[in-house]
Amino acid sequence: MTKNLTHLQRLEAEAIHIFREVAATFSNPVMLYSIGKDSSVMLHLAMKAFYPAKPPFPFLHVDSTWKFKEMIAFRDSEAQRLGFDLLVHSNQEGIEQGIGPFTHGSNTHTHIMKTVALRQALDKYGFDAAFGGARRDEEKSRAKERIFSFRNAQHSWDPKNQRPEMWKIYNTRVAKGESIRVFPISNWTELDIWQYIMQEEIPIVPLYFAARRPVVERDGMLIMRDDERMQLLPGEVLQQKMVRFRTLGCYPLTGAVESGAATLPEIVSEMLVSRTSERQGRMIDKDEAGSMEKKKREGYF
Amino acid sequence: MSKLGQIEISPAASAAEEINAYMAEQEKKSLLRFLTCGSVDDGKSTLIGRLLYDTKLIFEDQLAALTKDSRKHGTNGEDIDFALLVDGLEAEREQGITIDVAYRFFSTPKRKFIVADTPGHEQYTRNMATGASTADLAIVLVDARQGILRQTRRHSFIASLLGIRNIILAVNKIDLVDYSQDVFDKIVADYQEFASKLGFKTIQAIPLSARFGDNVIGPSANLPWYTGPALLQHLENVPLEIADEARPFRFPVQFVNRPNLDFRGFSGTIASGSVAPGDEVVVAKSGKSSRVKRIVTWDGDLKSAGEGEAVTIVLDDEIEVSRGNMLVAPDARPDVADQFAANVVWFAEHALIPGRSYILRTETDQVTATITDLKYRIDINSFAQEAAKSLDLNEVGVVNISTQVPIAFDAYKSNRSTGSFILIDRLTNATVGAGMIDFALRRASNVHWQALDVDKASRAAQKDQKPAVVWFTGLSGSGKSTIANLVEKRLSSLGKHTYILDGDNVRHGLNRDLGFTEEDRVENIRRVGEVAKLMADAGLIVLVSFISPFASERRMVRELLAEGEFLEIFVDTPFEECAKRDPKGLYAKALRGEIKNFTGVDSPYEAPDNPELHLKTVGRTTEELASEVEKLLVEHGIIFNYDQSSWSI
Repeated sequence: MTKNLTHLQRLEAEAIHIFREVAATFSNPVMLYSIGKDSSVMLHLAMKAFYPAKPPFPFLHVDSTWKFKEMIAFRDSEAQRLGFDLLVHSNQEGIEQGIGPFTHGSNTHTHIMKTVALRQALDKYGFDAAFGGARRDEEKSRAKERIFSFRNAQHSWDPKNQRPEMWKIYNTRVAKGESIRVFPISNWTELDIWQYIMQEEIPIVPLYFAARRPVVERDGMLIMRDDERMQLLPGEVLQQKMVRFRTLGCYPLTGAVESGAATLPEIVSEMLVSRTSERQGRMIDKDEAGSMEKKKREGYF
Repeated sequence: MSKLGQIEISPAASAAEEINAYMAEQEKKSLLRFLTCGSVDDGKSTLIGRLLYDTKLIFEDQLAALTKDSRKHGTNGEDIDFALLVDGLEAEREQGITIDVAYRFFSTPKRKFIVADTPGHEQYTRNMATGASTADLAIVLVDARQGILRQTRRHSFIASLLGIRNIILAVNKIDLVDYSQDVFDKIVADYQEFASKLGFKTIQAIPLSARFGDNVIGPSANLPWYTGPALLQHLENVPLEIADEARPFRFPVQFVNRPNLDFRGFSGTIASGSVAPGDEVVVAKSGKSSRVKRIVTWDGDLKSAGEGEAVTIVLDDEIEVSRGNMLVAPDARPDVADQFAANVVWFAEHALIPGRSYILRTETDQVTATITDLKYRIDINSFAQEAAKSLDLNEVGVVNISTQVPIAFDAYKSNRSTGSFILIDRLTNATVGAGMIDFALRRASNVHWQALDVDKASRAAQKDQKPAVVWFTGLSGSGKSTIANLVEKRLSSLGKHTYILDGDNVRHGLNRDLGFTEEDRVENIRRVGEVAKLMADAGLIVLVSFISPFASERRMVRELLAEGEFLEIFVDTPFEECAKRDPKGLYAKALRGEIKNFTGVDSPYEAPDNPELHLKTVGRTTEELASEVEKLLVEHGIIFNYDQSSWSI
């Protein structure tokens, strides 16, 4: 009997279809694993898509070396629990030059330790398709992007000349050196992600839940001091506050929100009354107007 | 403040309970996908911005950014320019236009919505088609001051072509015509007149002002004469196409899941109908049937699965199924054909030209295809059929398409998933067109492959040989037939079952209607290839002696046959030598100009790049050359159990 699928079932089926399409048509795909909640959902969907087999591609974490310690611990435990093939890449030159957000600013840091590092990793392994967890509701330029988003041999995106994407027919053809970024959860909203995490009981990094954490107020954001590399500036005080994170990235660039939400229902409840978007906690979006589009053209996810 | 559609949430300890109730509520919501289209400056992006704003889906930080942007790029003076919310690309904000489709999401207590905001400029029509291909409904915007424009007609036509059946005619900027009912009525009448030919199920006309919010989420005091629903009200209530249970089962196979020897499942998304363990299913292209053993998912095996579900099906038998094939209902099968008629929308700067070859891609299948005939182009304004030699950017036409191998499909009007395809440029890999299949052509339509119990392998085993097509190519008079003749004599004496297809002989019968133009030569080879294929299927070793000058046709025959079954032998005799031998006196005539299109004289011969055997004939006897062919047949396992000394010449 045909049943009408619910909203989430439709989104799940669409994502699984996209995962399988890539596995069937590309010779060397990879999944970009960034450890956040969207990555957790992507990982879960990938496990579902190929069950009883394991996902037929590796998972790549581009490690800027400034991630929260809890993220790295979570990454390693998930790799062990699910038995997927984990690759970790960092920009060695960047490390040698001591590039970091405190010394070089968020723009330079993001460019060298994330964008350039990602390009290095893609070139090193010769991946022809890379899954990312971007959603169209996150940011204006992402709302414009195709599910299968073509990149030239320099990894750059040409927003004015995207391939038409008709029905569920995806043009997966690339020439040597070119690649495609694939976004299986393009059509999910932040609420869908949380709803799905609850429904499927998907593990996420504990940083999403409120706890007492050491934070410093800087530039209007609450920054958690995750290690000794963060020096307090004159007048700054380290405070213990009940906080949580709505998105996760490099700890010096990710603002915490004061919150008592320690369970999934409490998080969703808080989200529903929130008056700010989740990317508000991201410094990298604010550097200049259209900054996400600019980063994407340069090869950022 | 609570957002529209969300229950009030108290900070009490019962948060979990309330959230669960809220989640359950969300689960029941249906999903409507729609697009906004229409001409430039009709206010599409403004309308979506207004919908998001009025349904409280714009966050404070986004509003702050919007206010800042409005001052920089806005067109509304000090007011907020809602278009800047959706025009996400820098170029779009700078130029104040929409270039590409943007997807936006919002929900109300009744429904969730995915909106595709599509560009109005004619040059970006392909992006409008992208948005329309996944939509259930289209909002066609019209500027009340302008009335129906060329793009209004084009977008309505493309929406109709892509199968959209519900239209909202949004007569926007009604404030700028003093909320005039006469203006509104005139536009509605104009629209209905031309849209009557487009097969829409519902057309709801609504006068509104996206900028000021009249009739967007609720009725407007400025429009007392209008008694119909406001936009949002109609979006919430328009009936959705529900999955039709009566449609036959279609399962395009995406991926063969084979983690180990004990498991072989076919993964894909059910395009229509439903399936349960025990059901008989047929492999569309081979006609072989089997039964469903299990429907596997991560969440456990399913008792049944239906349209839209992504599952993995395990069958009872080990039958051949691969990506691009389809598992289907045995009593209602799709067409399996290599020729069909289709509507095509052209997306590329380089025109569509009949005769050119493209890559055709369906949801899971990919084949080489040629547009054999451009039947007509459709005039967007009058919907008239016009004769045309090519289709330019953004044009729509009806074509006949021939694919290199048959594909399985349904008519687009009965199944959007299995009746659609895209065309890809072979060189640049760009998506150059999108197509909607009408029907299969002539003989191809209802002849299904009959799966036979006695197959090629058993026929060949009976003859103690492996079937093959040994293809001799070379100039006229190069010695093809002489060598093939001796090889057949020897094989026959070994008790092998053979047949020779000779160019001259076949032209006396099967191909007597064909001449020597390029088109006829292509058809000549196609027919011989098909005959050779049938003979190989009968288990024979087929020796084909044809000039076959074009590499592409020889490749076509190679691709018709199974891997390793086609052996190409290049009988390499220089032109001068052939002309000197001239056994039939043809070279003399051709060189005098008495025969047109003679290979090597005024028609080219494309020598094989990688033949299985390259025979240089000069200075060698027919016996030596025939022995080389026999050696090749032994190497390829075509003949075995033989003793060379027993060969008699």
